[in-house]
Amino acid sequence: MIYLDNSATTKPFPEVIDSFVTVATKYFGNPSSLHELGMKSERLLTQAREQIAAALKVKPSEIVFTSGGTEANNFAIKGVAFQYRHRGKHIITTAIEHPSVSEPCQQLEQLGFEVTYLPVNEHGMVTAEQVKKALREDTILVSVMHVNNEVGAIQPVEEIGALLAHYPKTIFHVDRVQGISKVPLDMKKARIDLCTMSAHKFHGLRGAGILYVRQGIRLSPLLAGGGQEMQLRSGTENVPAIVAMAKALRIALEKYDKQIDYLHEVKQAWLNELKAIPEIQINTPVEHSAPHIINFSLKHGMKPEVFVHELAKSDIFVSTTSACSSKKKAPSKTLLAMGVGEERAESGIRISLSFENTLEEIPIAVAAMKKAIEKLSEVTR
Amino acid sequence: MDRIYLDHAATSPVHPDVVERMIPFMTEVFGNPSSIHYFGRQSRHAVDEARALVAKSIGAKETEVIFTSGGTEADNMALIGTAMANRDRGRHIITTAIEHHAVLRACQYLEKQGFDVTYLPVDEHGKVSPADVKAALRDDTILVSIMFANNEVGVLQPIREIGELLKEHQAYFHTDAVQAYGLVPMDVNEHHIDLLSVSGHKINGPKGIGALYARETVKLSPLFYGGEQERKRRAGTENVAGIAGLAKAVEIAQETMKQKQEEYRLLRETMLSIFAESGIDFAVNGSEDGLPHIVNVAFPGTNVESMLVNLDLAGIAASSGSACTAGSIDPSHVLVAMFGKESERIRSSIRFSFGLGNTKEQIERAATETVKIVKRLTNK
Ligand SMILES: Cc1ncc(COP(=O)(O)O)c(C=O)c1O
Ligand SMILES: Cc1ncc(COP(=O)(O)O)c(C=O)c1O
Repeated sequence: MIYLDNSATTKPFPEVIDSFVTVATKYFGNPSSLHELGMKSERLLTQAREQIAAALKVKPSEIVFTSGGTEANNFAIKGVAFQYRHRGKHIITTAIEHPSVSEPCQQLEQLGFEVTYLPVNEHGMVTAEQVKKALREDTILVSVMHVNNEVGAIQPVEEIGALLAHYPKTIFHVDRVQGISKVPLDMKKARIDLCTMSAHKFHGLRGAGILYVRQGIRLSPLLAGGGQEMQLRSGTENVPAIVAMAKALRIALEKYDKQIDYLHEVKQAWLNELKAIPEIQINTPVEHSAPHIINFSLKHGMKPEVFVHELAKSDIFVSTTSACSSKKKAPSKTLLAMGVGEERAESGIRISLSFENTLEEIPIAVAAMKKAIEKLSEVTR
Repeated sequence: MDRIYLDHAATSPVHPDVVERMIPFMTEVFGNPSSIHYFGRQSRHAVDEARALVAKSIGAKETEVIFTSGGTEADNMALIGTAMANRDRGRHIITTAIEHHAVLRACQYLEKQGFDVTYLPVDEHGKVSPADVKAALRDDTILVSIMFANNEVGVLQPIREIGELLKEHQAYFHTDAVQAYGLVPMDVNEHHIDLLSVSGHKINGPKGIGALYARETVKLSPLFYGGEQERKRRAGTENVAGIAGLAKAVEIAQETMKQKQEEYRLLRETMLSIFAESGIDFAVNGSEDGLPHIVNVAFPGTNVESMLVNLDLAGIAASSGSACTAGSIDPSHVLVAMFGKESERIRSSIRFSFGLGNTKEQIERAATETVKIVKRLTNK
């Protein structure tokens, strides 16, 4: 099996599953309970928070656990909007955000907020200059993703942060779901106020995510109730998945330290092979792109879904653009925004790597791709 | 020391079969259900199967079950989701004073958004009266939210009667069934329920997973946007392992419901008869016909904090009521609603809740230890 769909979800590390099972079975208490078992869970939760905070170089009190990236993004966007609506009703974001950012923005538009969607250039990037031009007196939030999930373009988050340092009333949110453990980002240095991460994208388990909330930022909660997570996010804490997430983050960051050069090498080798296939057009920008995402389009009207299924027959797993939109036949939002044209935007394929992928897989997978293309060309001919 | 866990209403141990069911979805079948390839399809299949099972357990259709991150999210979605989607039909909501905070705080949020909320009182047994519900109904009432059974004292609410009387009214009927589900049979059509909340970790399932039943006619706006999951009602990559684990827990709960009811009733009698024989002063909060696994008892002359500390030292995990009031022991809003702010009971009541793994011997020991502690604290 060659798994090349790591941006949709990753395979949990074995150690992560072990942690999950241990905590779920042995330390199942409710962290809010005052007895021994409850306090043990509370300690595990605190420890996980401290480990994650240390890994991200932030304070433990700035880490809020959520059920995943979608919740964290919704919480960040709507939490700011509802908390600071008296300050202003303008939001700036980009045309290529994940739906869990863009759809809450659309919801807010219906509630009377105004949203500016910054276009991207042909490399899938926005600039700090664009943000500067869009900023208004009543801008309360700027939300820009770190690494785009469809093509892997890296946004100039640090520059935007530096710009926003001059606008203390504007909160800066970054969706770091795809970037974490693959593309370094110093959240303090980039002056990020809110930052989203999701465990299952770095070999943790689904059901756990993080919203970093810089000290001093207030948010209107999305889930009300028992007042867990410093009153910001109610609901009995998913301690086993959170402990497992802390472990996943540690291991993923260790792998980054040891294997990032190799990952770059793997990506480059992939690019070299793919460029040599005449029926393929590479969409991922050569520069300023993440080391784990390659997006390309199939030429001559070849159907991307058929290509994906054909590869799956050889136990090779890739996807059509992002997992979330792969069921509908819509063109890729990001590719359209990059201006590649309708046809190319409709035939996008995404390969997404993890530190588990190897150079040895490439010839096997490429051979299978060539075979699939041959088969598809016969059909379309 | 052998510890005795009597706090299953706060959270319960995961059943070993549940963990076993979850593991393949973390190791072999880890795909994202939205992916169109094989892994994705395997995951989708597991989610569909789980949905069918949960639906069947309450007499619902598969399409009416939405998986959430837990009971709190299900409650918030039921309250805020229906209120926001139906505000053009009215802005009045009816609930009770003894709901879980996940409902109460959502109601307070809605009050700030301009909704009008009626909090119905309860009698000294913790019951809401259907007549009160009827009297509170207005033309602009859009939602009635009344818990199936209370988490602190276990009292079951007259859900059938309330469902019956709402049949002819535009208001949706939501019930927080987080504590009752799996121990008491329930059928959304028989009880005329439109929305119902469930949480995995209360029924020996995993934490971080729950479900909201929403009748297909219910207009509901999502809390989480972004992505097509759960028929666009709840975005976010599906927690397949959690969903499969929840389904397994539901399956076990359905199969063992009768047996558990009897078992817990016996444990309850065992505990209460030891208290009675010991001669200590005590009074049961709630009603006899409540949830069998919750025993909430007042020990006059003691106070909650020292009771809990002493019980914990004796290896017994019990609670003051809601674990979800994060940390501090504030007076229980449920007991206050039942007995008033001045009652001594609100400062001297302990909740014992039974569950998986508890034996008669454990309960005997726990009851005997409790008696000793009460005697010591009351100098008897
Ligand atoms: C960039 C980005 N943001 C947010 C999300 C949503 O995260 P989750 O799947 O944890 O809800 C995803 C993944 O689907 C993503 O790729
Ligand atoms: C009656 C009731 N409703 C809702 C909840 C909240 O559920 P969860 O802990 O899954 O968020 C609880 C438990 O804490 C409860 O007892």
